[in-house]
Amino acid sequence: MELSGSEIIIQFLKDEGVEHLFGYPGGAVLHIYDALHKQNDIKHILVRHEQGAAHAADGYARATGKPGVCLVTSGPGATNAITGIATAFMDSVPLVVITGQVPSHAIGSDAFQEVDAVGISRPCVKHNFLVKDLNKLAETLKKAFYIATTGRPGPVVIDIPKDITAPHIKIPYEYPKQVKIRSYNPNLKGHPRQIKRAVELLLSAKRPMIYSGGGVIMDGASQELRDFVHHLGYPITQTLMGLGAFPGTDPQFIGLLGMHGTYESNMAMHDCDVLIAIGARFDDRITGVPSKFCPYAQIIHIDIDPASISKTITADIPIVGGAKQVLTEMLKILVNSDQPIDKSATEDWWNKIKSWQKQNSFAYDKKEGVIQPQTVIEELYQVTGGEAYITSDVGQHQMFAAQFYHFDEPRRWINSGGLGTMGFGLPAAMGVKIAFPDKDVACVTGEGSIQMCMQELSTCLQYDVPVKIINLNNRYLGMVRQWQEFFYEKRYSHVYMDALPDFVKLSEAYGHVGIKVEDPNDLHDAMKEAFELKDRTVFLDIITDQEANVYPMISAGKAHNEMELSPLQQKIQASLKTSGEIA
Amino acid sequence: MRHIVSLLVENEAGALSRISGLFSARGYNIESLTVATTEDPTLSRMTIITTGSDRIIEQITKQLNKLVDVVKLQDFTEGNFIEREMMFVKVRAVGDDQRAEIKRLSDIFRARIIDVTDTTFCIELTGSGDKLEAYIRAMHEKNVIEVVRSGSMGILRGERALTI
Repeated sequence: MELSGSEIIIQFLKDEGVEHLFGYPGGAVLHIYDALHKQNDIKHILVRHEQGAAHAADGYARATGKPGVCLVTSGPGATNAITGIATAFMDSVPLVVITGQVPSHAIGSDAFQEVDAVGISRPCVKHNFLVKDLNKLAETLKKAFYIATTGRPGPVVIDIPKDITAPHIKIPYEYPKQVKIRSYNPNLKGHPRQIKRAVELLLSAKRPMIYSGGGVIMDGASQELRDFVHHLGYPITQTLMGLGAFPGTDPQFIGLLGMHGTYESNMAMHDCDVLIAIGARFDDRITGVPSKFCPYAQIIHIDIDPASISKTITADIPIVGGAKQVLTEMLKILVNSDQPIDKSATEDWWNKIKSWQKQNSFAYDKKEGVIQPQTVIEELYQVTGGEAYITSDVGQHQMFAAQFYHFDEPRRWINSGGLGTMGFGLPAAMGVKIAFPDKDVACVTGEGSIQMCMQELSTCLQYDVPVKIINLNNRYLGMVRQWQEFFYEKRYSHVYMDALPDFVKLSEAYGHVGIKVEDPNDLHDAMKEAFELKDRTVFLDIITDQEANVYPMISAGKAHNEMELSPLQQKIQASLKTSGEIA
Repeated sequence: MRHIVSLLVENEAGALSRISGLFSARGYNIESLTVATTEDPTLSRMTIITTGSDRIIEQITKQLNKLVDVVKLQDFTEGNFIEREMMFVKVRAVGDDQRAEIKRLSDIFRARIIDVTDTTFCIELTGSGDKLEAYIRAMHEKNVIEVVRSGSMGILRGERALTI
């Protein structure tokens, strides 16, 4: 079959099983868009900004496990996509981004809409390519998908000069089923001796902790994790990226850890004697000061990326491998091991954890007459039966969503954990809804974040993507304000969102439903109504308490056992101490 | 501690900037970097001299290994290896006495004079970094017009080799 470069790209994507393409046309990709126009298999979603394309493809990838694919033009098309690419990079999301480039002969001449896309994207991609030879186009595309989806996944950019896609130059095409890259061979299978040592250490633990992260979800190892944790009976905490891998409502799950994690998780991290980290990378929001992190623990670290091991925290037993294979191996050894679990020690440990749980560290003050952001998430959880796909933006609302929505399944909680990209939520929700049209998809956001990618409301209408936007509107950039309250003596420097738009009218202008909620008594009905309007995008503009804070909190320089509690939580702690229920 | 890391990388446009970019993005030190193609035209051989604690060096080698363009890598520091650097020095050489002195010193260092004018010598010298620096000192600063150093290259001694 003889095809032009443009036709090769489209045919390759079909052969690769790509169903959705998020993109935005422009001069350098006109030939590709023409080829796209001549077929019906791949559905193209025209976003309103290239950042939206990358985030939507990212949301699609996180929800499905399949790579997200974007097509953008040269110059500003490529630079606009960068934030989305960097977001995917930090959270290890498989993304393939095709950027148009000026014709080969014009490269380097400062041509119209020319930018060094390979150079600009280099620090925030897993790998990137500039296609210089039409004959290598199909192979390069295959390499891009292979690299993006294997090992530790990540975004790959393919920059394609316009002349490579010219319609009149045709070459034979055959789908490259396999590709070999001599310098790229991800290791999935952990070292058997290390695995054996890890199992022995785990079984000898008196105060064990399991700490799992996004790697478990990315590797599709949720079931293996569940079997492993249930077999051991040990407590488990999960990172922001890992929520849902292990069920949020399982009694062995003791909550989120880190800066805004539960009291019990952080106390247990501090006191544990054996810690096993699975697909988690000891991010600074988890560890706080490395020197005060898990001071009594021997650490086992399973990660597919050797560079993640002993980067910030030294591992006593490093295991390079995929979570799925390593956990399967470990469980096999565990089941057949003669070495017993120290039941009496772990029972004492659980008793201690249960006493910490009495702290109820997410307790909050339900003030009269004003909606608390936490209540909104609790309501969202109730109304959706805990079954919805939740995307979020970045800030206080993100933390409240992570704390109060209990994810029982993987790939349901979709947020920008590593890069912390405001504007991620809405386009990501779009990507998820496109992947799963029959599922409830809600974007938890704030009036600051939503305005960073709000233009995608238009895309939602065009492609009939009815997502629900849960806007926690406190008229502040809440998380920044919280830090200014705590650490800058309430000098609220440029965090008040003055002159906010009327979000209800704005949603209506975009052809959607807008509902404003101010009275706590109206919240439940409004939330129900939003989800009952199955085929409409609904913007719930919820006016919440202006000065609500995210608690508990570990401040900079503090250890896990030095959490700061809210005034209400402090009261609970004082009474528990009086009654002798916690030390 | 100073480390010498040798790499085989794909001989492709952009490979060098991926590696140098990694050092700048992650704040690693880079003392010198040399690169050229090998007998296999698809591969380039690179020698990087870097400094850092054991932890940093471990991260450097891991991060380098993670780059798709890096085919193979070895930290030579602990092993048995040869390190050499090449240097050109242009020195002022006026009058018989000075010219004879430079010639004599160059012989001691096993340096070669490769270009001569009425007023200058250009000298080629190969050796360890210390040796090159000692030569420059011996030439006296005021006489040195120009110094061009290649950066270090390394190779393992004996049967062992960094090949694919």
